[in-house]
Amino acid sequence: MTQATADTALRYEDLGRLIGLMTGAEKHGPAATSTLDVVWVLYDRVLRVTPNSADDPGRDRFLLSKGHGPMAYYAVLAAKGFFPVGWLPGFGSYGSPLGHHPDRTLIPGVEIGSGSLGHGLPLAVGSALGLRAQGLDDPAVWVLIGDAELDEGSNHEALAYAGSAGLERLHTVVIDNDSATHGWPGGIATRFEAAGWSAVTVDGRDHAALHAAFTAPHPGRPHVVVARVEKKQ
Amino acid sequence: MDTMRERFISVTSRQLDEDPRLAVVLAEITMDGFLPAQRRHPDRVVNVGIREQLLIGVGGGLALTGLRPVVHTFASFLVERPFEQVKLDFGHQGTGGVLVSAGGSYDWPAGGFTHMAPGDVALLDTLDGWTVHVPGHPDEAEALLRHAYAAGDDKVYVRLSQQSNAAPRAVDGLRFTTVREGRAGVVVAVGPMLDNVLAATEGADLTVLYAPTVRPFDDAAVRRAVARSAPAVVLVEPYLAGTSAAAAGSALAHVPHRVRGLGVGRAELRRYGTMEEHLAAHGLDPAGLRERINAFLAPDAAH
Repeated sequence: MTQATADTALRYEDLGRLIGLMTGAEKHGPAATSTLDVVWVLYDRVLRVTPNSADDPGRDRFLLSKGHGPMAYYAVLAAKGFFPVGWLPGFGSYGSPLGHHPDRTLIPGVEIGSGSLGHGLPLAVGSALGLRAQGLDDPAVWVLIGDAELDEGSNHEALAYAGSAGLERLHTVVIDNDSATHGWPGGIATRFEAAGWSAVTVDGRDHAALHAAFTAPHPGRPHVVVARVEKKQ
Repeated sequence: MDTMRERFISVTSRQLDEDPRLAVVLAEITMDGFLPAQRRHPDRVVNVGIREQLLIGVGGGLALTGLRPVVHTFASFLVERPFEQVKLDFGHQGTGGVLVSAGGSYDWPAGGFTHMAPGDVALLDTLDGWTVHVPGHPDEAEALLRHAYAAGDDKVYVRLSQQSNAAPRAVDGLRFTTVREGRAGVVVAVGPMLDNVLAATEGADLTVLYAPTVRPFDDAAVRRAVARSAPAVVLVEPYLAGTSAAAAGSALAHVPHRVRGLGVGRAELRRYGTMEEHLAAHGLDPAGLRERINAFLAPDAAH
């Protein structure tokens, strides 16, 4: 594995350019990717994980369940130095570790291989249980899913169990861009709240609101942040 | 004598006391047996309720944090129902765990086809790198479970059954063993099929190999056996007939040979009744095996 080296202090404003390296579209701005602001705020201000601690048992875990369209994720990981920015132009090519769905065995800092919907939340539940069983009560487990991904029954198995079990170190972000065909009458947060979760719904482009939602206390309960972004076209 | 499933509970409960890396994940089934262990290790005996996709996903998540998950339910709900989870939440993640099934192919015939999984091993065979243990006796189940728990981060499937041979054999989690030697052909008996195979081949000039571990397939043992007998191999498996035919063919690719796979038929029986009745219906009782083994090894005589 190539040793990842941190590029010098890349910022949020650089992410559009980094995404452009993958898509070839120079004007491919942040608005084009639903997860960009959520992933940035998490890695920039919330998650306690760095390239140097990517294998530390005590690190926070971020599991990208919504593995489709991972350009924003890759851009943030590159900006934070988990792998070189020079990897980005190879996106999707045979010789590149960066596929259209991420593979944890190929990319430093990536916690799960994903793409098939409905696997991340159950894996996150197991990760939270595994950390607790080893006395690692400090690390937070975060998983990002999409509102249409919430259609998958496996997610409902996981959210019902996690609420009942009171998995306090488990956190879910649902990117809600109204892409589920049948929708979620009453809002997504109500599903989690009914299962015993702490839930907050915020503007998924508002960094201050996201940060406040991500860091809201939720004693004894898992926590979900529903990040509303513009409707999928 | 206890059953393999009862042995699974006792062995695993003791192992939880000794190995802090081990964690058991259940979906209600067999939960009662693990209650004492759960009281001692509440964080390492997890019951997710009747949620089989979550069952496997949780096992995968435990493995991501460095634990050795032991995931258990009936074979149909462990391998078939959440198959994509088995494929992605272990193999694709580059992690491992131990899947322990009960129920097998015909253990509860009165329960009907919903609780039978004759295709489980064939299904796992579509994935890379799974070790498959099919113990033929509760003592063997104990040895193979211990082997599986100690197997680092390997992906291991342990298939427990109500069916058992009368006496245990030595098992090492790796190899086939030679039970009988002959020159007219080779019969490979998998796990609980051994007693019926020995009864069916009594007095015949056949080599009988015993296979308590079928994946990886012991190519070398089959080649050695065939080198000393006619190149005709009968596989007798307690799950879908022909499951190991490709493995046997691959092992014998260097020599002209014939392979016959005997096991559970593909068609649903749509019968209830007893295990003995189902074994007879699938031709896996001694009489059915004898007839088909003889027909395959001496085709001219059968005309």
